[in-house]
Amino acid sequence: MALLTIAEALREGIREEMRRDPTVFCLGEDIGVPGGFGGAFTVTLGLSEEFGHERILDTPISEIGIAGLAIGAAMTGMRPIADVQYGDFLFCMMDQLANQAAKMTYMSGGTVKVPMVMRAPVGSTRRGSQHAQSLEAFFTHIPGLKVVAPSTAYDAKGLLKSAVRDDNPVLMFEHKLLYGSKGGRSEKGALSPIGEVPDEDYTVPIGKGIIRRPGRDVTVVGKLLTVYRALGAAETLAARGIEVEVIDPRTLVPLDMELILESVRRTGRLVVVEEDNRTHGWAAEVAAQVAEEAFFYLDAPIKRVSAPDTPPPFAPPMEALYVPSEQRVIDAVLYVLGEPPDAR
Amino acid sequence: MSGTAVVETEIEPLSGEDRWSLYRQMLLIRRFEERCNALFLQGKIPSTLHLYIGQEAVAVGICAALRVDDYLTSTHRPHGHALAKGVSAGPIMAELFAKSNGCCKGKGGSMHVGGMEVGMPPAIAIVGGGAPVAAGMALSSKMRRSGQVTASFFGDGGANEGAVHEAMNMAAIWRLPVLFVCENNLYGASTPVGQTVAVENIADRAAGYGMPGVIVDGNDVLAVRDAALAAVRRARAGEGPTLLECKTYRFCGHSRSDACNYRTRDEEAAWKQRDPLLVLGAVLAAAEDPRFEEMERSVSEEIDAAVAYAEAGPDPLPEDALLHVYWEGE
Repeated sequence: MALLTIAEALREGIREEMRRDPTVFCLGEDIGVPGGFGGAFTVTLGLSEEFGHERILDTPISEIGIAGLAIGAAMTGMRPIADVQYGDFLFCMMDQLANQAAKMTYMSGGTVKVPMVMRAPVGSTRRGSQHAQSLEAFFTHIPGLKVVAPSTAYDAKGLLKSAVRDDNPVLMFEHKLLYGSKGGRSEKGALSPIGEVPDEDYTVPIGKGIIRRPGRDVTVVGKLLTVYRALGAAETLAARGIEVEVIDPRTLVPLDMELILESVRRTGRLVVVEEDNRTHGWAAEVAAQVAEEAFFYLDAPIKRVSAPDTPPPFAPPMEALYVPSEQRVIDAVLYVLGEPPDAR
Repeated sequence: MSGTAVVETEIEPLSGEDRWSLYRQMLLIRRFEERCNALFLQGKIPSTLHLYIGQEAVAVGICAALRVDDYLTSTHRPHGHALAKGVSAGPIMAELFAKSNGCCKGKGGSMHVGGMEVGMPPAIAIVGGGAPVAAGMALSSKMRRSGQVTASFFGDGGANEGAVHEAMNMAAIWRLPVLFVCENNLYGASTPVGQTVAVENIADRAAGYGMPGVIVDGNDVLAVRDAALAAVRRARAGEGPTLLECKTYRFCGHSRSDACNYRTRDEEAAWKQRDPLLVLGAVLAAAEDPRFEEMERSVSEEIDAAVAYAEAGPDPLPEDALLHVYWEGE
């Protein structure tokens, strides 16, 4: 058992999968250059020393090419782990992900498989509008892709391993504020959760959520950073006698709706927290499914806590409004309980 | 033909028998496509068709240089590529008929035919989208040291997609075993290539990537085969990709609804003088040679069998639409 950051846990997961299976390799920008960064957030740091530059493949700045390479290699016997430096760059490769990776198995009548992983950092971290989006919902809307979003070191390693071993394209969203310290380049406001990670081989199954904190009064579903916002709110509210259950789905596609529904049937109240833009979003989908499947268990309207429908702003005061805060989660919980919001 | 490399490898000429084999493959594609057109008009094919008629020498010439286990990425105009790579006519026809015994079980249709058992994933109908995938298949072959080569087909229109640029650059820097095969049929749908490309030849762009660019008469299957074989040998030897520009012409419209009012009947007539079947036929034998007639008969029988296979195939069940979104195993 080791105490690791998420970046370290991902690195160990990649290392172990590459040792286990010679068809696993990494490709991306700045991932293995000697003296370089090990990817934008250090996840692949040092791996080229063990595996060489053929298996830790530094690419040109060519996102369409990165995705296409991964797809072609995956269809022909390899298991690539590709990454983009910022999730925002996934839009550059949208055709490859949405039209090629996601549809090859289907269009071939189930005869072609695309076992690839695409890793992407998300989250607003004072970089302005084009290096900050939480764009998970775009990809949860594309049948054929699986989508995972780990928020702890244990889950990061376990889901990475499951993603590598899965025979489908898996997008892995990672939050920039959760990677862990990078020393001098550490992110302002980062939470740097450090968690216990087993030394022995283990996986976290794709499609299984987890209850991070049990509670009887309100179900709060969050992902990535907003799991921690929800946990903070739950702690604050516990002192006031309100027991919040916090659910982290960990996988967004396929979504563990059973876990969420079971919780809502007990609590009768639901808040969904996301850093994505609000309209047509991920939280809307969770709310809709709960409304369809558990409407008669609900004691109050479902409440969403999302980013507003704006691009991510740069200035810290504006960013503070954009990213859901613990207080906004608290207000939402109070709302579904019929309590007045906290005085400002 | 500035800025392009000349094929310098010694390419041994094909035997007479092999030339007849290429002729038969081109004839099969031609008659298959003509039959598709007729079946479409009879309402038996429930989609549009992008016919390959006129360009047969490109698919057949390129695939003549490939092994069965080599890979190919195709386009929205894929029937000829699939037949030349070795997908059987029956499953292709059944796919066009939207039957569950089609090569994609009715999930692909005309624009996505393929057969991974002969190295052809479903054809990629997003213009230019196949080139990066082809580079990935070539990267995989290189990493697995399998000696396989990938041919990536695209048109003069596809040549202007950014995806093709990224793929060519990556293939060149890592010397991936790829043939980038540009079928320049002079029109991207209705738009003449002169309006969309500022250089004389698309192959001229190869110099910008650090790979050889070769211009081939795309209506001469022997020339295409020779150029492809040189590029394949170069690729297998680890020397990297080649851009082959095959100058050709599609005899039909872009799709079934196209009356070709953007080009002249004189231009069409001039190209039909250089019909790939005529070009190779003239090399093979006198027009009255009985082998031509025998070949027509055998090709016709093969297509009859393909149509019978398609007509006998069951329709997919509506709920089959819900299968194979994710991998379900072999």
